[in-house]
Amino acid sequence: MRYDTHTKTKATQYAGDSLPASDTTVKANQQVMSGAEIFLRSLEAEGVKVVFGHPGGAVIKIYDEMARIKPNFTHVLVRHEQGGTHAAEGYAKATGKVGTVLVTSGPGATNTVTGIADAYMDSVPIVVFTGQVPTHLIGNDAFQECDTIGVTRSITKHSFLVRDVNDLARTVKEAYHIARTGRPGPVVVDLPKDVLLAEAAFHYPEHVSMRGYSFPVEGRQDKIERAARMIARSRRPLFYVGGGAVNGGASEILTEMARHAHIPVTTTLHGLGAFPEDDPLALRMLGMHGTWWANQAVQNCDLIIAVGARFDDRVTGKLDSWAPYAKVIHIEIDQSCISKNVFADCAILGDVKTVLEQLRPYVDEKDTSEWLAEIEEWRQECPLKYKKDDTLRAQYVIESLRDKTEGHACVLTDVGQHQMWTAQYFRFLHPRTHITSGGLGTMGFGMPAAMGAAFGLREMGSEMPVVCISGDGGFVMNAQEMSVAAAHKLPLKLAVINNRFLGMVRQWQELFHEERYSHTDLSDTNPDFVKLAEANHCVGLRATTPEEARAIIEEAWTINDRPVLMEFQVAKEEMVFPMVPAGAATGEMITERLTPDSFV
Amino acid sequence: MPDTLILTPQQIIRKKAAGEPVEPNEEELIHQHTITVLVENTIGALIRVVNMFSARGFNIESIAVGETEDPSVSRMNIITTGNDRIIAQILRQLTRLIDTIEVEDLTNEDFVERELCLLKVRYNAQTRAEIMDVNTIFRGQVVDITPYAMTFELTGPSSKIDAFINMMRPHEIVEVARSGHVAMKRNHVTATAGGRG
Repeated sequence: MRYDTHTKTKATQYAGDSLPASDTTVKANQQVMSGAEIFLRSLEAEGVKVVFGHPGGAVIKIYDEMARIKPNFTHVLVRHEQGGTHAAEGYAKATGKVGTVLVTSGPGATNTVTGIADAYMDSVPIVVFTGQVPTHLIGNDAFQECDTIGVTRSITKHSFLVRDVNDLARTVKEAYHIARTGRPGPVVVDLPKDVLLAEAAFHYPEHVSMRGYSFPVEGRQDKIERAARMIARSRRPLFYVGGGAVNGGASEILTEMARHAHIPVTTTLHGLGAFPEDDPLALRMLGMHGTWWANQAVQNCDLIIAVGARFDDRVTGKLDSWAPYAKVIHIEIDQSCISKNVFADCAILGDVKTVLEQLRPYVDEKDTSEWLAEIEEWRQECPLKYKKDDTLRAQYVIESLRDKTEGHACVLTDVGQHQMWTAQYFRFLHPRTHITSGGLGTMGFGMPAAMGAAFGLREMGSEMPVVCISGDGGFVMNAQEMSVAAAHKLPLKLAVINNRFLGMVRQWQELFHEERYSHTDLSDTNPDFVKLAEANHCVGLRATTPEEARAIIEEAWTINDRPVLMEFQVAKEEMVFPMVPAGAATGEMITERLTPDSFV
Repeated sequence: MPDTLILTPQQIIRKKAAGEPVEPNEEELIHQHTITVLVENTIGALIRVVNMFSARGFNIESIAVGETEDPSVSRMNIITTGNDRIIAQILRQLTRLIDTIEVEDLTNEDFVERELCLLKVRYNAQTRAEIMDVNTIFRGQVVDITPYAMTFELTGPSSKIDAFINMMRPHEIVEVARSGHVAMKRNHVTATAGGRG
């Protein structure tokens, strides 16, 4: 067997040319400056507008130069480096640009690890600059030393340790290039203190040339034609759309193609918004907490057209019985995702948008009315529903937020039950309006990411409200960033769905661990959320009934000069349904219909 | 193309569901593969490659690294095992690393492979002749000798080294050092253009 398609060829690897005209001319024209200033000038040259950072000993020179030269970007002083990385993620996901983080060595760097891992799992382009002890002390167990490159190696797309001030500008350029292109991801640049103090001429390269780095753009023509034949032959086709479609800006062409060929679309958690969920072809989310009809469609379709998705275990459940009748077309930019979990009958490597545009002329209008009618039956059979009475429930809160914004909001969530309910009930219309921590499932993601998204939208001149939906457990984990958002007058709408429990863990304890609620009750340790908001210079509101919920949402939308925290005290017994238990086959869903007792 | 040949358990189920005949599970058999990787000649690059194997749970049977004709490039020769799906994953993950310049699976190519072995064995008057006989058969060289021990140098494919060590086992082997396996594709280099083909 030959694997020649995986072989990189030398010829394509010297496409760019970063060499300055000649060393002497460069030196004559360029000013000599400190490494710290070179760093700041490089960020300016890269077009960075916001840096989320926290100073410390190893990067003090950068902060000193920042005060002196006043670079033309905003530095946001976060109150914890983890909050900084999540803010950069929120910024990156809301805008499509690269997020930037600047922290000091040792603990500053280790505090960013969760955010970096989160960005790696969810393909978020961020560059994290970490301070480092001077090069002569590296390896010496110096004060605030940590082998940052070593610690982050398996959670970064790439990382650099800058040992020479003359490499600094080029490294910054390469870091942003790697983070942004191909399948996006986090890049770490470790900056030893002596490199920041040393002096050199500043020259920011226009191009990068890395012989080992390339990424596919156009799909192979024979594969495109083969995919088109598969689509033409298929009688029960299904688009399965992931976060790659959002990252790749493929939403428009995807929507057009699905409507043209009458192919239903189901999205992953990160794919939400890539296809408007008010379209009759939208099947909403699939997988563990996906809709009954989307999962039934997967189990019965004869063709899956996967667009920028990676067949995660939360999507497929038990692999062996997932989509048993389906052939798979996989459109993907990252070759390592091809046939990793699910075999791809036709794999098209390339930029998803470019590939879909290539494929579009070959796709004819199809008659899928029978297939759509079948799906419609499943939709009627088990709709998303919850009990509507005097008790305030999370689903009601989310629907109310949806009604208030009519779907025109940038919604960020934390991790847990509220995250799944948001995915189920919000009905997203636009790409980049649903931002969450999917792969790593990081509690504490929502609030700082919302702050970052708000900075991004403000920069782009967007008036879209930023809504963060959190649980009481996750919100507390990075609540310190509220005061930062307040200081910058960001009108965040922070909805805390407070059920006084770690709800998702409680749900598993109830369903699979005989109702032993081991250490999931938070009622003794939860703060007073209204007071917490007020202590952090925000407005705090509280609702305990459906009427109050509507009222405080109205009130929150009248406050535009600082964040508003809305605490919704909801029923703790509510569970997220439908559900495919972990490791079970997608066909074996638990639904409300089958377990009426789960209703309290 | 490999992806038209590899069958995953899931595809087998799909084939069964469609009533197609299922071939014997040859694709699940574990094979040994020889992969060569050209990487940036830095420690960081080396660690990234090795780290990828450990982080993703792939095997390394042998690994040998050395500089190439271009001092900024190292060649890594990796022997790994896995079924076709795993090997395809390994190749894709290797290619994806930013420091890797070229990744090639030589297993089904026409290639030469060599390994170097140093072996120190204790001898006495009775065993000396026999040890020397074995060495002659394998065309090894004596590179060091003391009144009680001899050190042999031997190069060849790994199977030859294995056989040599096995033949020496009845005697008292003091130490064995193996270089790991290096490999290179046989190729017709034309008279004009330079470089790798």
